[in-house]
Amino acid sequence: MIPIIRQVLRTGIVSEPTPEAREEWRVRSSQIQGDILRLLGRALVIRQVDAGSCNGCELEIHALNNPYYNIEGLGIRFAASPRHADMLLVTGPVSRNMERALRIAYEAMPDPKLVVAVGDCGRDGGLFGESYATCGGVAKVIPVDVAVPGCPPPPLDILTGILTAISRR
Amino acid sequence: MTALPGLNLDARAMAGAAPVSLARVDRSQWARAPRIAREGGGRIVALWGTDNRDRGQGFAVYAAYAVASGLVVLELPVDEQAASYPGIGETFLGAIRMQRTVRDLLGLVATGESDTRPWLRHAAWGPEEFPLRRDFDERAQREIVQDDYPFVRVEGDGVHEIPVGPIHAGIIEPGHFRFSVVGEKVLRLEARLGYTHKGIDRRFADHDIASGHRLAGRVSGDSTVAFAWAYAQAAEALLGIEPPPRAAWLRALMLERERIANHLGDLGALGNDAGLAFALSQFMRLKEDWVRTNQEVFGHRFLMDRVLPGGVDGDVGDAARDRMLREADAIESEVGVIHKVFDEHSGLQDRFITAGRVTPELARTLGLVGLAGRGSAQPFDLRCDFPCSPYGELGVRKVVHANGDVAARVKVRFDEVVESLRLVREILARLPAGSTRVALPDAQPNAMGFGWVEGWRGDVFFALEAGEGNRIRRGHAHDPSWQAWPVVEHAVIGNIVPDFPLINKSFNLSYSGEDC
Repeated sequence: MIPIIRQVLRTGIVSEPTPEAREEWRVRSSQIQGDILRLLGRALVIRQVDAGSCNGCELEIHALNNPYYNIEGLGIRFAASPRHADMLLVTGPVSRNMERALRIAYEAMPDPKLVVAVGDCGRDGGLFGESYATCGGVAKVIPVDVAVPGCPPPPLDILTGILTAISRR
Repeated sequence: MTALPGLNLDARAMAGAAPVSLARVDRSQWARAPRIAREGGGRIVALWGTDNRDRGQGFAVYAAYAVASGLVVLELPVDEQAASYPGIGETFLGAIRMQRTVRDLLGLVATGESDTRPWLRHAAWGPEEFPLRRDFDERAQREIVQDDYPFVRVEGDGVHEIPVGPIHAGIIEPGHFRFSVVGEKVLRLEARLGYTHKGIDRRFADHDIASGHRLAGRVSGDSTVAFAWAYAQAAEALLGIEPPPRAAWLRALMLERERIANHLGDLGALGNDAGLAFALSQFMRLKEDWVRTNQEVFGHRFLMDRVLPGGVDGDVGDAARDRMLREADAIESEVGVIHKVFDEHSGLQDRFITAGRVTPELARTLGLVGLAGRGSAQPFDLRCDFPCSPYGELGVRKVVHANGDVAARVKVRFDEVVESLRLVREILARLPAGSTRVALPDAQPNAMGFGWVEGWRGDVFFALEAGEGNRIRRGHAHDPSWQAWPVVEHAVIGNIVPDFPLINKSFNLSYSGEDC
């Protein structure tokens, strides 16, 4: 136990400041009433769905949970079930083999059903585009509130996308 | 040296950094090859097919075997009407899913195989439509229906099934796992993958040779350097060029940085899956530091699009070199501290030791290689066995453990982090001067090239064929996860269901790399 405590003390707190929301990434004019952050008591529950990504975006979503970005410290948590989620965080061009599962996850989610598409693939299919195997972006399958560009977008951009979706100007 | 003795192969040594020979064979040679390869200690690396009807040559299937002299690729012309070839699944179980994929994508049937279920085809295209055929109608409107996949049922008193996925509980790639259990104990696991199929092989035909590395680098994002390098090797082989020495050394620097980044992430996740959240925070912090350096030095956190045909994009100046040298020392000492915590943590070791055990014999039978293979006494590492430049000059120390359990795969990662840090220092200290990129000449239509690179997960393979006007005619990417997924199904037998996430993580296979 002592080596663990020593290492924790030596590491200290490395968490960094949170970014601002970005209006220009907004895709759908949000119908959400009020400030979700305030409405939900500053807690936000996300269900992440990989809809055929190359797994690069997942690496960056994982990184959001590291101590630098400290996403749980902001009151944002990832859930196992879409029924417990306020937001779907979707990666990938939506492979045709994941299209049905993505729709089911979306339908299972309670309102307000926020959707953030992550990465160039999620935005418009990216390098994979629209093909026999891919739908060409998350918005082709379910309504998208915010699309975060990048291949993959760095963690701060993903966090910015999440905050953009839940903030209303 | 004769590859596959007794077959009388008319093999032609291929140009390029990978030790590959190519031989056209008849059906009888094709059918005898697997047994001869197996007897010589060889293994199947990849199996794929192509449509040559536009040239009036029907179809062709290819099988790449790793043998003592390197890689031997067999090419079997397949008659358009028969559209079948002898299956090799009896000798190499790992080939069965690849053969099912050739059926799904190209419509060629492997004869003599009992498992004829589709693999990558779910319901997005019909059973008589083949996306890799040149007359496939990409734009046809297709309706997605729910398909009914016949999983193998386990019968018996008290046996029940647990279906998991395709969407999993965590932030993971999608796939379906069907557990047959009694109480907590797993009797059988059957995976069904293909959910992330993006049609990458077909997509390569939309690219020219100079830009295909971008697509190759997204077959499996966590192995982007390995795939881009394998692609670059293939492209350079068919173009008849060599990257400048400095580019080769920089590629190795990036490949080792990729290996370290993934091992750090996995070690954290493995500690976390066994209940030690401290490990996750610490390793994720170290990994974040590491990829931030990638961003600063190379302009991308995961080094995507930095390795390209002809060389590399980017260079390392003196300041960046010193920074990376200091960083390697700092990371090594931090990893040492946490390694000690792992070793002395009885709760952790209790979860790791004996969990998900793959005996060396099972690993050999199923053809397990790469990181997981080296945890089960399968001593394959291309960096040592067939070193391309600069590995021949670096003397990579192979890391092998024999216990085959989660603990062994954790050990391999710890030891490989230390060895890769040594390689990073060595590369930085000896980086040759000069240019980092050469211009690309025009490609001969129909020229072929191959690439074979030891990624962090195992050996990544790429086959490339040039079309007209420097376009790609056929590109095929192969991830080592193909061979390893069936091993995971065996590794969990007799373990309890709650240990599955830990066992699965200890392999950390790519879904996208397999489904691509």
